[in-house]
Amino acid sequence: MEITSARFKKVASQKLADPKVQAALANAKGRFVVARARAIKDLDNFEEIRQAAADVRDHCLANLDQYLEEWERKATAAGTIVHWVESAAEMTRVVLEIARSNEVRKVIKSKSMLGEETGMNEYLERGGIDVRETDLGEYIIQQANEHPSHIIAPATHKSKDDIADLFAQKHQRPRLDDITKLTHEAREILRPHFLDADMGITGANFLVAETGSTMIVTNEGNGRMTTTMPRVHVAISSIEKCIPTLEDVSLIMRLLARSATGQSISNYISMTTGPRRQGDSDGPEQFHVIIVDIGRTRVLGSDLRPALRCIRCGACMNHCPVYQNIGGHAYGWVYPGPIGSVLTPAYVGLEKALDLPNAATMCNQCGVACPVKIPLPDLMRKLREKQTQLKLSPASQRAGMGAWAWLASRPFLYGLATKVAVRLGKLAGGKESMLHRLPFAGREWTRGRDLPAPRGRTFREIYAARKKN
Amino acid sequence: MRVGLFVTCLADLMRPSIGLAALKLLEQTGCEVVVPSTQTCCGQPGYNAGERGAAQALARKLVAEFSDCDYVVVPSGSCSGMIKTHYAELLADIPDIKAKAEWLAARTWELTDFLVNVAGLDDIDARFDGTVTYHDSCAGLREMGVKSQPRELLSKVAGLTIREMEGAEQCCGFGGTFAVKYGDISARLADLKCEDVEKTSADALVLGDLGCMLNIEGKLRRRGNSHTKVLHVAEVLAGMTGDEIE
Repeated sequence: MEITSARFKKVASQKLADPKVQAALANAKGRFVVARARAIKDLDNFEEIRQAAADVRDHCLANLDQYLEEWERKATAAGTIVHWVESAAEMTRVVLEIARSNEVRKVIKSKSMLGEETGMNEYLERGGIDVRETDLGEYIIQQANEHPSHIIAPATHKSKDDIADLFAQKHQRPRLDDITKLTHEAREILRPHFLDADMGITGANFLVAETGSTMIVTNEGNGRMTTTMPRVHVAISSIEKCIPTLEDVSLIMRLLARSATGQSISNYISMTTGPRRQGDSDGPEQFHVIIVDIGRTRVLGSDLRPALRCIRCGACMNHCPVYQNIGGHAYGWVYPGPIGSVLTPAYVGLEKALDLPNAATMCNQCGVACPVKIPLPDLMRKLREKQTQLKLSPASQRAGMGAWAWLASRPFLYGLATKVAVRLGKLAGGKESMLHRLPFAGREWTRGRDLPAPRGRTFREIYAARKKN
Repeated sequence: MRVGLFVTCLADLMRPSIGLAALKLLEQTGCEVVVPSTQTCCGQPGYNAGERGAAQALARKLVAEFSDCDYVVVPSGSCSGMIKTHYAELLADIPDIKAKAEWLAARTWELTDFLVNVAGLDDIDARFDGTVTYHDSCAGLREMGVKSQPRELLSKVAGLTIREMEGAEQCCGFGGTFAVKYGDISARLADLKCEDVEKTSADALVLGDLGCMLNIEGKLRRRGNSHTKVLHVAEVLAGMTGDEIE
């Protein structure tokens, strides 16, 4: 997928000024946060489960080679064809080869962020394959020719009216304005595609090492149909999704849906272990799993490793005040919000996403919501430090911070300089003691708000004078 | 016990009454209060900007300045959080300082937390006739666990009623340099905070961090709201809510 993170500031300002996007975001904001808060109350030991899940994920990552090999052994024994690939280009080529060698004309797809990362749909379509997204949100996005703005609710930036207009235009049917009816119409349109697709492509929430299974977590049932109906099933997964045991899966599943949508559990959990066996009533004739790296091993060996714990619930973005107000598109790649602000620079290169680790208030609303305790603000700070080391941060900032540290390390000079500054500030504040327009970096501040003026004397001055008396 | 007051650079420059109020409150507890005269900044702006070297220089200075105190008390969740939760990591590669930083971190308290849980301040000698609403600053709440302490103390102020706002724990959008790097987003978050404050019709917004104060007060005034007072919790508890102190 094309990376547009360099336009973060511009797109963010556009989204802030777009009343339609604002209305859709305001609607989503309350829903997710309130639902999660209610759901975690069901667990009397939520914090302990969270810690255990973080430990399990850390353990997987520390022993990833071993668990991936175990997974491959079990998967192969069950008849799964396993492919290992390093790059996005390699992955899409392998998918197309599988499709071609099986004379596939139509693919149905269940939602996959890895599919977004690799631009798989577009690649297959260029190869002459008809690709149909079947998750309702993804279907909407595909019809609108847009990208997801949220990892679990891809069309969350769209209002019901947007979707009604889109369906009327694309389906060439009378406009509907009822959500249930819109959903039924999409289902009606999608049903024949499920029936005549030759191949199903899914992502994988997890790879279960002890059983050699792939696992997907869905709510709509489209995933179940994608894994069972077509004669060929291809699952794509990145390496860090590997989990040792089913017991570990059950631990993490106590957190995933609760953190994501506020459900105690998702409507469907589909485990796929090999293709259809003799006597099975359904399932594909061939089951391929493509395991991809695309930057993961590099992150695994870096100080950003905790980001790979991510179980893709979306809680960090749901709880992020910045995401809540600008939505996902400004982040400019596949993963928005706090986790995207870490993963995007880590996967595609720091220089392509300079704003992302900086566009956060460090409020840590994400860190406390994360079910696997990823210290997101700390990881963003590490990326900020890397920007400084590589001189990618603005020169004015580096000079400014250097000057501040120099001055603040010299109490006498600092005292003199601040004495002058607060007097000038008080003067500028006038009768109402308020600054309305500041120069330089301060312009960003006063464009949208005032700044209370200093009071004319520093604490240190007042305190020193008192000590004398 | 010897208590070192770290006033914070922001309060020193922008609102000295916060430092004076904190000093008065600490003196009321009967502690020996010291205010190291060379103190400046804890280094947080550099730390969060990824300027580790700049932050380390200031952190080392602060550690040295407060090394003879039993406690360091700070009228800010953000700056106390910097010392308590980040200094050890920031100074990790300087072995002899790291141990001192950890020692200091364990002794560092946010003001209201210290007053309630260490000093056990019971009598609040202050009066505020009106309703206030309290904004939980991010670092105070999520790094320092400050939630009930300021409310407990405020409830003892004569004439004062607390009326909680919706979204009291939601970030106001300040975020240090974030406010001057992403002004549009920052101002929007401040706007939403102002809406929540105004919905309570409180006479004053009270909080424990000057960064959030400047942001929210600046936004309230820009919105044309000149009546909602914005006060630091220390000012209210010390009965220093007017202009007379300066």
